[in-house]
Amino acid sequence: MHIASYGRLLGILVALVALTGVTVAASYVDLGAFNVWVALAIASTKASLVLIFFMHIGVEGRLVVLSFLGTIFFLSIMIGFTFWDVAFRG
Amino acid sequence: MRRAADHQGTRLGMWLFLYTEIVLFGGLFVLYAVYLSTYSSDFIEGGKSLSRLFGAANTLILLISSFAVAASITAVQKTQKKRSLLCLAVAICCGLLFLMNKYFEWGHKIHADIYPGSETLAYGAPGRNIFFGLYYVMTGLHGLHIVIGMTLLSVALVLTARERVTAENHVLLENVGLYWHLVDLIWIFIFPLFYLVL
Amino acid sequence: MEKVPSFFDTPSPPRYSGVLSWLITTDHKRIGLMYLWVILFWFVVAMFLGGVMRLELMFRGETLMGPSSYNALFTLHGVIMIFLFIIPGIPAIFGNFFLPIQIGTDDVFFPRLNLFSWYLYVAGGGLALATLFIGGPPDTGWTFYVPFSVGTHSNVSTAVFAAFVLGMASMMTGINFVTTIHRMRHEKMGWFQMPLFTWSLYATSWVQILATPVVSITLLLIIAERFLGVGLFDPAKGGDPILYQHLFWMYSHPAVYIMILPGMGVISEILPVFARKPIFGYKAIVFSSLAIAIAGSLVWAHHMYTSGMSDTAVFVFSLLTFIVAIPSAIKVFSWVATLYKGSVLMTPPLFFALCFIYLFSVGGLTGLVLGAAGTDIHVHDTHFVVAHFHFTMFGGTGFAFFAALHHWWPKMFGRMYHFKRAYWAAVFITFGFLLHYVPMFVIGLQGMPRRYYDYVAEFETGNFVAGFGAAFMLVGLVLMLGNLMVSLRQGAVAASDPWGGTTLEWTIPSPPPLHNFIKEPEVLDYPYDFTQVLKTRRDDVEVS
Repeated sequence: MHIASYGRLLGILVALVALTGVTVAASYVDLGAFNVWVALAIASTKASLVLIFFMHIGVEGRLVVLSFLGTIFFLSIMIGFTFWDVAFRG
Repeated sequence: MRRAADHQGTRLGMWLFLYTEIVLFGGLFVLYAVYLSTYSSDFIEGGKSLSRLFGAANTLILLISSFAVAASITAVQKTQKKRSLLCLAVAICCGLLFLMNKYFEWGHKIHADIYPGSETLAYGAPGRNIFFGLYYVMTGLHGLHIVIGMTLLSVALVLTARERVTAENHVLLENVGLYWHLVDLIWIFIFPLFYLVL
Repeated sequence: MEKVPSFFDTPSPPRYSGVLSWLITTDHKRIGLMYLWVILFWFVVAMFLGGVMRLELMFRGETLMGPSSYNALFTLHGVIMIFLFIIPGIPAIFGNFFLPIQIGTDDVFFPRLNLFSWYLYVAGGGLALATLFIGGPPDTGWTFYVPFSVGTHSNVSTAVFAAFVLGMASMMTGINFVTTIHRMRHEKMGWFQMPLFTWSLYATSWVQILATPVVSITLLLIIAERFLGVGLFDPAKGGDPILYQHLFWMYSHPAVYIMILPGMGVISEILPVFARKPIFGYKAIVFSSLAIAIAGSLVWAHHMYTSGMSDTAVFVFSLLTFIVAIPSAIKVFSWVATLYKGSVLMTPPLFFALCFIYLFSVGGLTGLVLGAAGTDIHVHDTHFVVAHFHFTMFGGTGFAFFAALHHWWPKMFGRMYHFKRAYWAAVFITFGFLLHYVPMFVIGLQGMPRRYYDYVAEFETGNFVAGFGAAFMLVGLVLMLGNLMVSLRQGAVAASDPWGGTTLEWTIPSPPPLHNFIKEPEVLDYPYDFTQVLKTRRDDVEVS
């Protein structure tokens, strides 16, 4: 059985709170078109921490990791391919 | 019966269910992405009019609750029943706090005549209407998930108290935890996209 | 084989009997049969709705009904056929019944969730029925396109909610099947020893899990628009109606593969049995199923060439659409190659399967006409489209469903039906089918739009002829279903392996016992190994 120690969980919580601070701080810096991407990158980092350390996705094995990535891939297709239309409207 | 003891299989089922939840919100993120590219300036305006303090506070609340749920699983595994009950109670309270914040936030906006179908939005800039339309739909659906998650956490709390969730058999608590973490994950994305767009 | 009580005689849970032993059962076989009866009910309802529409179209002007009733009729026909028949048809009935057996286990992974899905399905059907009586039946077509679906006064909200509930049932089934295949496969059964029907269900389940939620949220948004007027799809409020179509087809295009993949699985199961020959290209069929599931998710906007989306998108999606044709063609070639030099034993299931191959190929090839942007603009929203998707959905999935019924009927009920009547029914259905839908291709090319209750004089002949085709089809369908029903009382008792199949369901008694296997199942190294069958079996059907 996989048991996560309290210390490690607490450490992750601290990291998550710190990253929340980072993303709020970053929002005060205007990077133009990159604003969204920076925000998404930080959010993805936080999400990865939750997935790995709180949800123990690694313990579940290859199938769950791969299918999770597949879901995210499908989601990015949904968003990305819509832009074949939206980004090219005359 | 292999099935009875196959906790990994039960968790697999839960993960598959979580994928459906991710894609459910995914449809709304498609709309968000398209409208952000169409109405960038209105979205920035809209984002500035939301309270960052409330948003950040709610983010912290959900992060703490996620930690509490993860800790409660550790506690159950270590047969520390009281501690696990305490953790679950903290998580439920966090959920409640989150909803209270949401209530004040929404109330404030509705008071300012900003809600779906309100005159201010209907006759204002189209992009502004879309921003707040998405804001209400997405945070509303997320709020609904918080309510469902709190219900599930309460069930887990009762079953832990009655020792139906034990160190040997706590897959139910794990699955409830997975659900709650997912609700947190979605908020992790909603927060910067609505409150922090610059 | 020694006599063991079948699952009909041993309810699970054991303490209940009568109707209750069905309504609260967790036995996958009983749930499969409960699906069978409800789905057949809906099929017959929608079949008659279709018949009435055809009657209206046989003559110009108002024959039976006015435009608004006709609008309600085609909407209900579409909603019922798609959400209540084709999507759940093969997976929920035959998947539930045979998936656990084919992989050598005693039930699905989440038996109670399985029963819950059935109740969701029934509730969804009930809601769809309720729209008839509260607030006027919906008149939007099954696609529920905005802005009409938001503005119309008919009862769209209930219909949309019904589709939402049915989507949940479909997702739950998908989750259950994926988990079952991963966690409960017999220890000795590797991935490439799995029967192709199970493989096709595996691919389908993934599409159900990943695509269905998109339509769930889209339908919820329609309800939100109707009650709150958010304006997310309303141009006057800054919304974009084309985005609705994107979201809708993000699910509904993958959904056509939810409909066809299990049908393809059925055909891949039937052909080797009656050709007495290993299926040609087992791995090619497996990978083409997966390829269809993946590529099918990339092409949704080919339903939208004339919607006003960008030309770049039209180009890209048209290109991608042609890619989907490849794996489908791989399957058709493999099926035909399986029959080549086989020792073919003609039976009703094989007859239906052969009709499937022909009709589905026509459907697929006319799909290319629609997938190419240039030609699509000419025939978009005409009867050509109607004929095309009936060739794939009805000629494809429908015929696969009939083939599956005839293939597995003796296993499910332990009774054999009357062969001659089954052949006659199949001939009637196929002949009527062609007479019905081929004229539609013609009048479609001539420009007759779909979803109109009336038309101009040029289209008279085609519509008149199609009416007779519909009549033939109806006669055939009634004959087919009647023949099956009669067999339950009068049919000869079926042997455990009437056809000479090699997959695990043919190694157990008909109908199967409660826990499926009396002794440890013997998994073949290759699921379609007919050496034993060819040695021991004469070239005919075995009746006990």
